Amino acid sequence: MSFRPDHELHKRRFGRNLGLAVVLALFVALMFGLTVVKVSNVGPIEGYDHVMQPQLIPQEEGQ
Amino acid sequence: MTDVRAIAETAAPGGDAEFGDFVQLLKPRVMSLVVFTAAVGLLVAPVPVHPFVALTAILFIALGGGASGALNMWWDADIDAVMRRTARRPVPAGKVSGAEALGLGLALSGLSVIMLWLASNAVAAALLAFTIFFYAVVYTIWLKRSTPQNIVIGGAAGAFPPMIGWAVATGGVSLESMLMFALIFMWTPPHFWALALFMKDDYSKAGVPMLTVTHGRKATRAHILAYTILLAPVALVAGFTSIGGPLYLAVAVVLNGLFIAGAWRIWRRDEVMAEADGYAVEKRFFRFSLYYLFLHFGAFLAEAVLKSYGLGSW
Repeated sequence: MSFRPDHELHKRRFGRNLGLAVVLALFVALMFGLTVVKVSNVGPIEGYDHVMQPQLIPQEEGQ
Repeated sequence: MTDVRAIAETAAPGGDAEFGDFVQLLKPRVMSLVVFTAAVGLLVAPVPVHPFVALTAILFIALGGGASGALNMWWDADIDAVMRRTARRPVPAGKVSGAEALGLGLALSGLSVIMLWLASNAVAAALLAFTIFFYAVVYTIWLKRSTPQNIVIGGAAGAFPPMIGWAVATGGVSLESMLMFALIFMWTPPHFWALALFMKDDYSKAGVPMLTVTHGRKATRAHILAYTILLAPVALVAGFTSIGGPLYLAVAVVLNGLFIAGAWRIWRRDEVMAEADGYAVEKRFFRFSLYYLFLHFGAFLAEAVLKSYGLGSW
């Protein structure tokens, strides 16, 4: 088995793949950050589901 | 033919572009203007936005602008190839295929609108979707090749970003955001017509019905002056709203005075005079137009900063 030297095509593809990898990693980081910000700024919700939690609704006076 | 070199030799143009070629498809220079004006629209709005949400929103507004740029390059590849200014763009240069440009443009359009919706609100996302549609379909596909008013109406696409930024913060549209829109909308025609005056062969070779080609250069000079005069009140009125203030107004008075003086000089010249000095006045006006827009939005931002310290504003 012999290894041929990289063709110029390989270099271009490597650059493209690397660029895409960086973009995807940034996108994942952005999504994570956005999720953290949204969840911590949305008010009284509980983290384990998206179901309405009646116990979190403030009780009106007289009830 | 399994050898990669054989594949490389027989591959269709655009098969193996570099990453940078795809970045070029998004028109990074236009994106930088979109980022700046959208950021100003967002920051001068009366509703504070979490910095991370603001950053994400501006990023996706810019990405939406870039997506419309890719769609523009897909559709306009034939005329881009003819014009000296655009011949080295990735599609006419054969680095990226038209199908790749179309695919990237559509994918990023969808992604940017959905992500802006998730990051902010439906109004901002709808405005971004409309901006992409307006630039790619109304301007690029319809108006650009059919009317000399292409720049006037198509300029609306470039005017939306501050309005989208404002909508990210407030969830709506207001007089202030419409004035920021109007400022860019009215600024675009004199900016591009000045360019068309000294890039004269490009547009006529490509058959794009620019005003210089259809109505002549004298009429174009008159149009530049007319739009520059109409732009001034828009810029000045913005100074009396909640995003303006004494500093902005002073900047606007000086810049509009200089801009009108430049347009006046262009109007008084003819082609013989322009050819004699290599279109020096037109080129200077074009360069100044870039500073004009940057400094107006910079002044809006400065007013917002001053306001946060209890200074400035009315």
